[in-house]
Amino acid sequence: MEIIAEYGHVFLIMACVFGFFMAWGIGANDVANAMGTSVGSRALTIKQAILIAMVFEFLGAYLAGGEVTSTIRKGIIDPEIMADDPQLMVYGMMSALLAAGTWLLIASLKGWPVSTTHSIVGSIVGFAAVGISMDAIYWGKVGGIVASWVVSPVLAGSISFGLFMSVKKFILDTDDPFGRAKRYIPVYMWMVGFMISMVTLLKGLKHVGLNIDMGLGSNFANAIPVSAGIGLLVAGFGALLLRGIKEEFDEMDRFGSVERVFAVLMVFTACSMAFAHGSNDVANAVGPLAAIVSTVQSGGEIAAKSVMPWWILLIGGVGIVVGLATYGWRVITTVGRKITELTPSRGFAAELGAAATVVIASATGLPISTTHTLVGAVLGVGFARGIGALNLRVIGNIFMSWLITLPAGAGLAIIFFFLFKGIFSP
Amino acid sequence: MVSRNTIGSLFGRSPIGPIQEHMQMANEAAQHLPELIQASADDDWKRAGEIVKAIGEAEADADKLKRNVRRNLPKSLFLPVPRTDLLALVSIQDQVANAAKDVAGIIIGRHMRFPEKLQPGLLELTETCVAACQKALTAIQELDELLEVGFTGREVKRVEGMLKELDKLERRTDKQAFALRAKLFKLESELPPVDVMFFYRALTLLGGLADNAEKVGDRLQILLAK
Repeated sequence: MEIIAEYGHVFLIMACVFGFFMAWGIGANDVANAMGTSVGSRALTIKQAILIAMVFEFLGAYLAGGEVTSTIRKGIIDPEIMADDPQLMVYGMMSALLAAGTWLLIASLKGWPVSTTHSIVGSIVGFAAVGISMDAIYWGKVGGIVASWVVSPVLAGSISFGLFMSVKKFILDTDDPFGRAKRYIPVYMWMVGFMISMVTLLKGLKHVGLNIDMGLGSNFANAIPVSAGIGLLVAGFGALLLRGIKEEFDEMDRFGSVERVFAVLMVFTACSMAFAHGSNDVANAVGPLAAIVSTVQSGGEIAAKSVMPWWILLIGGVGIVVGLATYGWRVITTVGRKITELTPSRGFAAELGAAATVVIASATGLPISTTHTLVGAVLGVGFARGIGALNLRVIGNIFMSWLITLPAGAGLAIIFFFLFKGIFSP
Repeated sequence: MVSRNTIGSLFGRSPIGPIQEHMQMANEAAQHLPELIQASADDDWKRAGEIVKAIGEAEADADKLKRNVRRNLPKSLFLPVPRTDLLALVSIQDQVANAAKDVAGIIIGRHMRFPEKLQPGLLELTETCVAACQKALTAIQELDELLEVGFTGREVKRVEGMLKELDKLERRTDKQAFALRAKLFKLESELPPVDVMFFYRALTLLGGLADNAEKVGDRLQILLAK
């Protein structure tokens, strides 16, 4: 207890710095995976992509990031075990942040494809298992999280496969693909609007302090009509945008006009992708920070129930935006340049499938890898014979990153944990 | 650090564009043949030499493109159609360029000039052969549209329609070559025997060009078959 009273402010400042560093890293590197597909299919310019990423990453983090944050904060390890030594929680979460951040930095410099989520989960499990005790970890929950890493790409792939098959059947393989595209694309826009407002209504508004009650019993039943209405507004707005697109006939590129219609849709799915990414990945930076802040502020009591201060999500959101502005835009440009074969009619299916999966995971509080989910979604479109060439070696890389990142994050976290322990409580 | 970004490295280079370029180059080699036949009819061997040179260059370029396609089709790529089918398609497309070069070679090598009576029929046959190559190219140029719709439905029917026209052209070249051989047979006794042998050979090579164009179509059809 005395340690927290003595060093409380130091801990807070350090935690904020590490959390911000982590969020910066997410903005600098990770966001590129979410936005690169939109830039690559030329649905968005780099400037538009960054603007969308800034706004919707932030909204996603702020409105729907709470559940995953709370999983990272108190869902992986049992705070009760540390009730007598609350400073251990502070050391542990600081070392987890520092370990994940360091590992991501090393991996980026070496060009290894690693996931922020896996780094932070590995780090937390590492410090808790070695530094505290094996019993401090909710192994069941960790098992669930690991299972979700396998399930999420498969689910995203299935959704994208279905979406692209529907596009083939209802739009592309018809007599008048252009007219069909204009007629049916607002339906997909509706899905985007519905999905985002559902998650926001169910998970987000309690942070903001709003509560909509239409007297329909459960929260879920209340949210459906409101979301459907918001979806209609989104679709209507999208339909207005589509009106400006005219068909141009070009014998060499008969689907050019159709793709221009899909490009408008992709602006919407890019927003949903950024929102989804924000809702899931910001927690990686913010979750440990929240755990530290609540421990320090309650003067050493590890209060699992205390409300998370709103400014913590803000630090995460701002960190991501700064990361994007300082470095991320370059990564997005390069990724976009590499993905030239992806057309908007495929890109949207991949993004929507991935975003839906990530948003569902965010709502259930599962920290998953947005990048791996998107890879699954792109492969889903590929299985529908929609993409010219996909490099399957990436799948091997992903397995490697699982195998390496978890122990690496854990190892670094253990080292930092004992380092902090040695410095502050000799 | 950027080059190995996960999403960035997920996308390979689609082989469709390079395959189309390759067919375009092979067709270009074939498209010179009517001019060459005309030059030989005019006994203008300087001009014929230039045309043969152009054909040779096109064939060499096609070879380069072919190797490029093969190099960029590693086994780890996940493609919408079987990789083996694409590789076979490129090999057969390359035969179109080779066949054009063979015809050019025999004509320039022997300064071959067909008898006056055969000239109109020969030019007609050459035009039809070249038209078959052009038709094969048109079908190959549908590959990107096929990819756009995921190799299904109406687009497949559209390409199948083109392949039927290609078959028709090839059958026409068979008939024209048959008629030419019959005429040549009647004139045989008045002509130098060695020349006659090579006239037959040239006709066979020309027919082979159309056959190869048709084979490109066949391969495309196999690619589309489920």
